[in-house]
Amino acid sequence: MTQQALTPVLTGRWTAARSWSREAYEQADGYKALRTALEAHPDQLIQLVKDSGLRGRGGAGFPTGMKWSFIPQGGTGAGAKPHYLVINADEGEPGTCKDIPLMMADPHSLVEGCIITSYAIRANFCAIYIRGEALHCIRRVQNAVNEAYAAGYLGKDILGKGFDLDIVVHAGAGAYICGEETALLDSLEGRRGQPRLKPPFPATSGLYSAPTVVNNVETIATVPDIVRGGSDWFREMGSEKSPGPKIYSLSGHVTNPGQYEAPLGTTLRQLLELAGGMKDGIPLKFWTPGGSSTPLLTAEHLDVPLDFEGAAAAGSMLGTTAVMIFNETVSVPWAVMKWTEFYKHESCGKCTPCREGCYWLLQVLQRMVAGQGTESDIDTMLDVCDNILGRSFCALGDGAVSPITSGIKYFRQEFLDLCADQPKVARPEQLDDLVGARA
Amino acid sequence: MTSSTGGLNPETYEPAVAPVEQTYTPEAREPLPGPVVFDELTRQRAKELMSRYPQSRSALLPMLHLVQSVQGYVSQDGIRFCAEQLGLATAEVSAVATFYTMYKRRPGGEHLVSVCTNTLCAALGGDDIYKSVCEKLGNGSPLKHEQTAGEPGSPGSITIEHAECLAACDLAPVIQVNYEYFDKQTVESAGELVDALRRGEKPNPTRGAPLTDWRTAELEIAGFHDDLASTAEGVSAAEETLVGARLAETSGWHGPAKPERAALPDVPEKK
Repeated sequence: MTQQALTPVLTGRWTAARSWSREAYEQADGYKALRTALEAHPDQLIQLVKDSGLRGRGGAGFPTGMKWSFIPQGGTGAGAKPHYLVINADEGEPGTCKDIPLMMADPHSLVEGCIITSYAIRANFCAIYIRGEALHCIRRVQNAVNEAYAAGYLGKDILGKGFDLDIVVHAGAGAYICGEETALLDSLEGRRGQPRLKPPFPATSGLYSAPTVVNNVETIATVPDIVRGGSDWFREMGSEKSPGPKIYSLSGHVTNPGQYEAPLGTTLRQLLELAGGMKDGIPLKFWTPGGSSTPLLTAEHLDVPLDFEGAAAAGSMLGTTAVMIFNETVSVPWAVMKWTEFYKHESCGKCTPCREGCYWLLQVLQRMVAGQGTESDIDTMLDVCDNILGRSFCALGDGAVSPITSGIKYFRQEFLDLCADQPKVARPEQLDDLVGARA
Repeated sequence: MTSSTGGLNPETYEPAVAPVEQTYTPEAREPLPGPVVFDELTRQRAKELMSRYPQSRSALLPMLHLVQSVQGYVSQDGIRFCAEQLGLATAEVSAVATFYTMYKRRPGGEHLVSVCTNTLCAALGGDDIYKSVCEKLGNGSPLKHEQTAGEPGSPGSITIEHAECLAACDLAPVIQVNYEYFDKQTVESAGELVDALRRGEKPNPTRGAPLTDWRTAELEIAGFHDDLASTAEGVSAAEETLVGARLAETSGWHGPAKPERAALPDVPEKK
């Protein structure tokens, strides 16, 4: 194992007593980056984040600095409208459990990141859209926002630098689709959370049709450390195209599940070693690199570097680095069926391929798992998946087919084993004798 | 276009008879809500929610949570209340209220027990927990999703639901009671938990603030915190949350050291 298997940049602050309070955060150099940032020109901060190579931690991995630079500036056209920062804290992708512990343990890093980002993109209003079920996160983040107002880090004329910012902590109401950025914006505008057609992108036409940056919690919480450490420091971790540390959330059949912050590009083999190996020594069967919407991988993929490029090269996606680990005892068709129940429930109904496709895929899978499927069901499912992937309005549909197509790709025989009519197998001669003897 | 049947009914070849003309008599307007269910405090809170956003409609989701905190569900009166506050049609509010899982359409229990039955929790026992809790609360005929044991709203009443991923997979299988986490549950511990709730007790969550009831939780979700400084204290991070950070501490791993003072890049030139 390398010298520094873990790089606790964000998670290192979590072990402090009352880590979520302003005192604890400031003892760990919190809000120093804010002072540096407010001294600088906003464009310097955008350039810094571009130079750092920080990529979105919400799943898609879009370069953060580039996203910020798309916001039109200047007093004319779209640039003249108010600008907004919206934080996507609607964590709900199955397997993903990084933003909720982050907001519980270290909400001030998110708040400081919001202030710096808002200053960089020239926004005076920021909304943190937190999943409604994450009640204690709502409390901790609201408390951090209150503490920041009291300390003069929010409100009018922040630290006497002439910059104004208000942050609203906004709770969702239980809809996975609101993790999709345009659905989140519709939801934040008080509508049903259904995705919007892109383009126009949120950078020019986001919240209230004004220029908006939507970023994930972990992305923005990383920004203060980048301001204090610089882009070269950040690039000491991870790879050229996927730099920095990343919180890997290990769950399932592993000895010590939990949050492991390691450089991007760490492999599952290394993570398993850190986490004490497979639980009870039962071998690994399948796993997801970043939530259920990222295609399954198997024990063959233990040495795939878990960064954006490595996961894609292995035929999957990095997603949210929610590493769900399943051992030999778990049936793949059953697991795929359970995930499909989820997508069927969470499909927003706006587009036909996803709404109808998820519904029928679940019918077929339930029939198969009940032992009443046929071999042709597998082809039917693949055909339906083909009509959802790339043809749905947003990425939910693409995510819904990932477990099915990858499950069939690696474990087709398990689906066949469930079929009602098993193919005829040649009988050994002695069996015929036995059958004859019985007659 | 002329009909080939020359004014005859094509089905019966009898002279077509014009349907009897129906006149539309508008029904009397919906009566205003009888008892005033939303008091002055709730109205003030609704106004406060609207003032938080650049555009008032953004307050609709929190306002529906506020309605639930008053009534225990989203009633027709609640929908009308939101519509009046925001200048929307009741249909527009209904469309939103029916879209989201957390808005309940029927009165529920003092507590809402949500059992995660998504794949990972289910594989580690979530399905068994859900089944056993439904049986336990049902007294003979198992409760179904969103059914309530006990008289809705009465002390110790419980609404049960199976939930999608609750984002605590490292602590699977998980249950939430009024959105507070009860981590690493078993059939036995979940049974004890609902028994205690039925007896009117309020066991402490694994992570979160001391348990209250679902309507109080809804008020907090709407953004109204009574004594936030103390409820934010609550129970802190789980062992699993800190496992990586602790391992790094004991191993002496702290990542690359930050420079004393990192220089920012120059202001980029405008193209």
